Amino acid sequence: MELKSIFLTAIKALWINKTRSILTMLGVIIGVGSVVLLTSIGTGLQIYIEKQFADLGANTLFVVPGNPFGEGGGLGNQEAAFIESTKANLKRRHLDKVLRDNRDIISDGTVTGYSSGEAKYKEETKNVTLLGVTANYETVNNTKAGKGKWFSENDEERSKRIVMLGSEIATELFGQVDPVNKKIKIEGQNYRVAGVLEEKGSFGGPSYDNYIYLPLNTLFDDFNTELIDNFIFKVKDENKINEAINKIEQTLYSENLEEDEFSVFDQTQLLETINSILGVLTAGLGAIAAISLVVGGIGIMNIMLVSVSERTREIGLRKALGATPNVILIQFLFEAALLSLVGGMIGVGIAYAGSLFIQQWFPAQVTMGAVVLAFSVSTVVGLIFGAAPANRASKLSPIEALRYE
Amino acid sequence: MSLLQLKNVSKHYQIGDITIKALNKLSFKIEPGEFVAVMGQSGSGKSTFLQIASMLAEPTTGTITLRGKNVTHYDEKDRAHLRNKEIGFVFQQFNLLAKTSALDNVALPLVYAGELELARHKKAKEMLDRVGLGDRLENAPNQLSGGQQQRVAIARALINEPSILFADEPTGNLDSKSGTEIKNLFKELHQEGKTIIMVTHEKNIGKIAERLLIIEDGKITSDTKI
Repeated sequence: MELKSIFLTAIKALWINKTRSILTMLGVIIGVGSVVLLTSIGTGLQIYIEKQFADLGANTLFVVPGNPFGEGGGLGNQEAAFIESTKANLKRRHLDKVLRDNRDIISDGTVTGYSSGEAKYKEETKNVTLLGVTANYETVNNTKAGKGKWFSENDEERSKRIVMLGSEIATELFGQVDPVNKKIKIEGQNYRVAGVLEEKGSFGGPSYDNYIYLPLNTLFDDFNTELIDNFIFKVKDENKINEAINKIEQTLYSENLEEDEFSVFDQTQLLETINSILGVLTAGLGAIAAISLVVGGIGIMNIMLVSVSERTREIGLRKALGATPNVILIQFLFEAALLSLVGGMIGVGIAYAGSLFIQQWFPAQVTMGAVVLAFSVSTVVGLIFGAAPANRASKLSPIEALRYE
Repeated sequence: MSLLQLKNVSKHYQIGDITIKALNKLSFKIEPGEFVAVMGQSGSGKSTFLQIASMLAEPTTGTITLRGKNVTHYDEKDRAHLRNKEIGFVFQQFNLLAKTSALDNVALPLVYAGELELARHKKAKEMLDRVGLGDRLENAPNQLSGGQQQRVAIARALINEPSILFADEPTGNLDSKSGTEIKNLFKELHQEGKTIIMVTHEKNIGKIAERLLIIEDGKITSDTKI
């Protein structure tokens, strides 16, 4: 007997019991759907972060206080790193020194410092993160003004009370009003809004669009701090990143900074660390979702077993009329595989639609790999869990089966 | 050479410690074109006789030859092929596939014979015409009367042109009018030259059959021409 006929027989058997077939598929639909959707979220996150780094350019180097990467290379002892940063041996003058000594290889550099405070415009009050930056932050960190103009080097040197607003905080404080050249109060002091930055976008958590940017000197003076958050350097030639790292380290050592008081790293290093974390996250999410796929498989086995007992007479009849044990085995295997395959397709469809929906808030990306994996896993699940019932059906004795009530 | 021959066939069932001898050294022959009626009380072994003769079950001892060929210990796969090609079944319970058209029910043995759909449907239609249901091709069993369902089952049994037609109380589930119609259909089939073995309870079966077997305690106790 040809496979096509067995296949059509299997389809017909599933079609005759539509409701039961759909309910059985539900487990696989949910399983495959959640695997694909959850991994799409992980992958989307990865792609988003890579894009953010790409925006910065491959020739960017960072210097941070302390040693956040720890011995093993991953994000190590956060607590120790925090203590290092508060000791604050890394000073602003070190940036100037690095730039001065390495003009041949480093084109530019900026420095940032953090603080926080309460910002107020008329009756609107917000707690905000304040990021003190030098005027060239605009070019070094690729952060352009959407409205108004970045403050100048001159403004920064003279500690002028000028701020740039992140796009989101601007809307929150000002609503429809154009903020440029308006005055806002931060911790009681008046600041002039010089401009609003282009939207950077984010997905939950702290967002650059929520920050208020002000000249670093102004931050140091008004908020009584000298803490450096990081230096960002632009290297002239992408291929000389490692040489630049060496030069920066030598300069800082020559300033009597110890090895564990600062770290220099390029974005590949940072990206690798983040990607390895996201990789684990994605795999973890996928694994949790895969459990529901297995539950779906058990659902198929359950229903197929019920179906075999319910159709005992039918199996007996088919055997009496000439179906060999193998033909019966293949028919039931086809039924199980079809249930999980169709369930898988619907699951992928739903996950794809879901990812399009989620994309309004969150970068989700359905990858071909995830789809192929989900399909193969669900089909294998169907075959494995369908094997026991199919085997039982093929072994039924035609006489017993025909006598079965 | 007989069409089908059973020689000293026994079938034993083990239930716990007790061995039940459903058939006890039974011997039987049938020639092409014969119409044999089989009678016996329940538990006499007539159903087992039917199962063994129709290749549904394997005997414990003894030999079965079909057209001179020893088929006693065929495996399940070869039995299935043999049943498909050589044997037609008509059951008391009709045993039609639910929610499946008369046409597809009749064509089912052809599926297992490996015939293509077009040929299957053509033959099935001819066979349904033959049993007088040419206008009911697309009806599912629940849209047919008992008598009509049994006609579909007979058409299905005949579709592969089997050597022997086995019928297990084919009128047992029918009212007397439909029962008579079905009996007449068997009579016609016999007149056309079909070989038939029918298990029945009907006393007046002699009107259509030409030989009567009586089975008691797993043995043929009477074998008469009628």
